[in-house]
Amino acid sequence: MGRVKLPIGPQHPALKEPENFTITLDGERVVDVDIRIGYTHRGIEKLMESRTYTQNLYLVERICGICSYAHVENFTQNVEEILGIQIPKRAEYIRTLFLELERLHSHFLWLGVAGHEIGFDTLFMYTWQDREVVQDLLEMISGNRVNYAMNAIGGVRRDVSVEHQKKVLQGMDYLEKRAEYYKEVAINEKTILARAENVGILKTKDALKFSAVGPTARASGITVDIRKDDPYASYLDTPFDVITTNTNDVLGRVVVRVLEIFESIKIIRYLMAHLPVGEIVTKAPRKVPEGESISHTEAPRGEDFHYLRSNGTEKPERYKVRTPTLANLPALAEMLKGTYLADVPIIVAAIDPCMGCMDRVLLLKGNEKPGELVDGERLRRYSIKWFAERGWKA
Amino acid sequence: MFKGLVKWARVKSPWILHMNCGSCNGCDIEILAALIPRLDVERFGVLLKGTPRHADVLVCTGPVTKQMKERLKRVYDQMPEPKFVVVVGQCGSSGGIYQGAYGVEGGIDTVIPVNAYIPGCPPRPDAIADGLIKLLASIDKGGKP
Ligand code: SF4
Repeated sequence: MGRVKLPIGPQHPALKEPENFTITLDGERVVDVDIRIGYTHRGIEKLMESRTYTQNLYLVERICGICSYAHVENFTQNVEEILGIQIPKRAEYIRTLFLELERLHSHFLWLGVAGHEIGFDTLFMYTWQDREVVQDLLEMISGNRVNYAMNAIGGVRRDVSVEHQKKVLQGMDYLEKRAEYYKEVAINEKTILARAENVGILKTKDALKFSAVGPTARASGITVDIRKDDPYASYLDTPFDVITTNTNDVLGRVVVRVLEIFESIKIIRYLMAHLPVGEIVTKAPRKVPEGESISHTEAPRGEDFHYLRSNGTEKPERYKVRTPTLANLPALAEMLKGTYLADVPIIVAAIDPCMGCMDRVLLLKGNEKPGELVDGERLRRYSIKWFAERGWKA
Repeated sequence: MFKGLVKWARVKSPWILHMNCGSCNGCDIEILAALIPRLDVERFGVLLKGTPRHADVLVCTGPVTKQMKERLKRVYDQMPEPKFVVVVGQCGSSGGIYQGAYGVEGGIDTVIPVNAYIPGCPPRPDAIADGLIKLLASIDKGGKP
């Protein structure tokens, strides 16, 4: 059998970078991967230049519905830096609380998606059910489940009451118990081991070469975490550890994320116990003086980077965003090389490209001759069947 | 009689295809959140499918980006008749917050006909479930809603 080109995508329920993978196959083996992005390019960066800073708060949030808060945090940090305002301590703590709650919900969500990709739907239902606990907490404090609209320039818009604190702590107790269970599952469950161990290898030197970020890099043994490397919000005061593993495979990425859940819980407990009293917002002028600023945060998926240039008006002159998934794509291409087609869904899911992506696949056999139309669901089924035939239970 | 049977099957177990046309993902996770045990829209027979050829209802999110426009049309054409389209979210209904962006075409209804809109940014999972059920009820009453 000669080489086959297999385009996957482009339908991809992700943020700014929906992807199209053209995979060259030799039999079952992936020889080469070509990634094309930009299908849901909406032009947010340009759009931001025509909106005021306050309006942009809400637009930035909608770059991505999962790491929405990391984006707003970056935006407000940028604006505050140019304005030269210091936000109140209490606001910093509340922001950190939201950053961590977001990480919790995102990691639970990811665990479920990964489970779904390997045909382990029970895990999906379990983790998503637990994720609802986080969603309820977010909703309780901010009033919305997904795009919280918590930040204002100069602080936060809603306060955390004593009642809220109690509820948050209760939620953390519950989630910790559940996370213990998932740790058990991730390390001992045969279904996961069979599909995740030694799959999608990314060696430390490759991770460095392709500048992988976030849990993907940390699973390859690189200690990189913006929360530690360049602390923002209240991470400087907060004790926590950076989780790394050096197994370099999908299993490592599962373990890193599960252990990060514990760290997040630890951080949230600390924040709740040490929440300073005082104002939650300082007044900020509407016009932002001329200046430039960069800001980066550790979003659940890795480093999220924003750049702002202002020109003294109410609107930004230039805004630039680089999201973690984009940063991880070159590394992803490297991981996919040499693996089996059946492993593609889980490897792609392992960088957490915001969602298990593949919805439609167009099978092109040989040179550009349109072949069979396959979708992501069938690819997933195919992968589960492929492993079942070889006696690996999935 | 056969027609009645088909309608009965469709109302009792509609198969849906979820398609993202450039959304921020907020609505997409809320659609999935409606599938989990808390709300469990599967008890109404709603099943998520992977291909347009199996789907009765197309659930769209997001403003249609220039890149996705043709693909949305293609997916819609591939669905068997009668087909229903549900739009989830503000930006799918009208362009919402992305109005005026150069990469955005506008609401879903600028490209394909739409049967039901579920507003919100993002709508709660309960609202999504409610919207779907209202659509089913109206199909039950007579043909197109
Ligand atoms: S309606 Fe709002 S939450 Fe939903 S996809 Fe559009 S911007 Fe995102």
